[in-house]
Amino acid sequence: MNAHYELPLEDAGYSFGFLDEYAKKEVRRCILKAISIPGYQTPYASREMPMGRGFGTGGLQLTLSLIGEDDTLKVIDQGSDDSVNAVNLRQFVQLTCPGVDVTEKTQEATLIQSRHRIPEKMLTEEQILVLQVPYPDALVVVEPSEARRKVMHGEADYSRLLVKLYEDVVRFDEITISHRYPTRINGHYVIDPSPIPRWDVPRLHQSPALVLLGAGREKKIYAVPPYTVAEPLVFDDIAFRVEDFRDANGQRIACRCCGSTVSFLDELIDDAGNITHQCSDSTYCEEQQETISARKRA
Amino acid sequence: MSNKILSVRGLSRIHGEQCPLCISSTGPEHDTNMCSHCGSVVAAHDVNFDLYRGEILGIIGESGSGKSSTVKMLYFDDMPTAGSATFYDGDVQHDMFALNAAQQRSMRNKRFGMVYQNPHLGLNFQISAGGNIAERLLMSDLRHYVEIRTRAGDLLARTEVSRARMDQNPKTFSGGMQQRVQIAKALATQPPLLFLDEVTTGLDLSVQAAILDLILEIQHELGTAMIVVTHDLGVIRLLAGRTLVMKHGRVIESGLTDQILEDPQHAYTQRLVASAL
Repeated sequence: MNAHYELPLEDAGYSFGFLDEYAKKEVRRCILKAISIPGYQTPYASREMPMGRGFGTGGLQLTLSLIGEDDTLKVIDQGSDDSVNAVNLRQFVQLTCPGVDVTEKTQEATLIQSRHRIPEKMLTEEQILVLQVPYPDALVVVEPSEARRKVMHGEADYSRLLVKLYEDVVRFDEITISHRYPTRINGHYVIDPSPIPRWDVPRLHQSPALVLLGAGREKKIYAVPPYTVAEPLVFDDIAFRVEDFRDANGQRIACRCCGSTVSFLDELIDDAGNITHQCSDSTYCEEQQETISARKRA
Repeated sequence: MSNKILSVRGLSRIHGEQCPLCISSTGPEHDTNMCSHCGSVVAAHDVNFDLYRGEILGIIGESGSGKSSTVKMLYFDDMPTAGSATFYDGDVQHDMFALNAAQQRSMRNKRFGMVYQNPHLGLNFQISAGGNIAERLLMSDLRHYVEIRTRAGDLLARTEVSRARMDQNPKTFSGGMQQRVQIAKALATQPPLLFLDEVTTGLDLSVQAAILDLILEIQHELGTAMIVVTHDLGVIRLLAGRTLVMKHGRVIESGLTDQILEDPQHAYTQRLVASAL
């Protein structure tokens, strides 16, 4: 770490978790409200953070308000623990929360902050997943006025979102939303589940872990409480589909590193123009590789 | 059981701050609808009528007479400052202006239909013609794609819009076709009550005749009650059994359409009928 960028902890007197206790209290109250009204976008006073809005400040404020000395934190960005956003956020938490452990192993973490993915490994009741959200309101694509969107949410009026799906099916024979798939929580509010791929949407449904979503720029917190119904918006006769990763022969593509055929894959194009696929969740992929090599040794 | 579908009593809409003299200083006898004391505009005052199943009621009057205001209030586009309206839906009576916003929206989506003079008000020009009809079906909680497609296609065929153009944007349609799509959209949920606000204004004569024919056919087939707002005496003569004549926000004459056209009582109605000939 560059010593130049270290926070002057002694001089500035930052409290544990960077945010002052009043700020954390306010965020925690909003979290409680968000959990009490599943899917409702609770407004909160998003603080200025020492990084630009849009770099995960919403998720970071949730993490900093929840984290304690006995917590173990995992931070991922698009499934990877090593990409820039994840590394920087993790370092920031280490810097401002002395005594907090960090890990890359999904099962060891008590708190997971993620951008755009849910870990492949099933989460447990002991864990909290924090998702960073750029656009919290699923209705923004059909209604520009926030005042009117609030009324539409209140009355659970989502017919115009369904019209969008209808138009998709008419034009392309399938629903073309790849990420940010509108999802109905507990039978009322429709949320934008942050830019997770369709693959991850069914894993919000009856999730044992608490899922919190924070939008720093838009100043909203919302939640999918544990064991809550989360249904993607669809027609009765057109089932919701996740990415199927089949090649031209209808064969399920495997990860080039671990050979998994049950994980979400990233498409990679090398310099020669060849297309290969690799697990998006890097920790999952490494664990699979270890299991395989252990089996070979045995 | 009575055949009544709508009962309107003392419906009023005043724009502005209102003073005790608003009512007494406006109206046809003062030749204005603007209060000279406080500047408020009395868009409609004390409108009373009953509407029965399958009946077409005409509202006629000059621009600014309050005819559109009246219909807008009944379709919840605007709220009245006084008065009440009761909607008889089967055995259930609804006091329309006492319902909450969600109930009003549901009634508007499922039990009423509206066709505006300007298709831009009634249609969404960002989506296909079929999508516009699908919107209303989706609003009434139909969630089955194939059924939505079939019903939207049937409705467009019924209003003589070719099924082949169902997935095209209504922007590319002629004015008459846009109006037909609007009618198909309004009819999507088979509402017992339809509001038509100057539906034929601005269309050429042959298209006007075709649209009016369509409206009459729908009335005969489905028994839909309608309120037709127009300033065209021909439309009233053709469609409406009963007519209200409005001027400066007041109903000045009401009765059977034939009676009003053949034997107008009020001076304004007499002038109106005379000028049309």
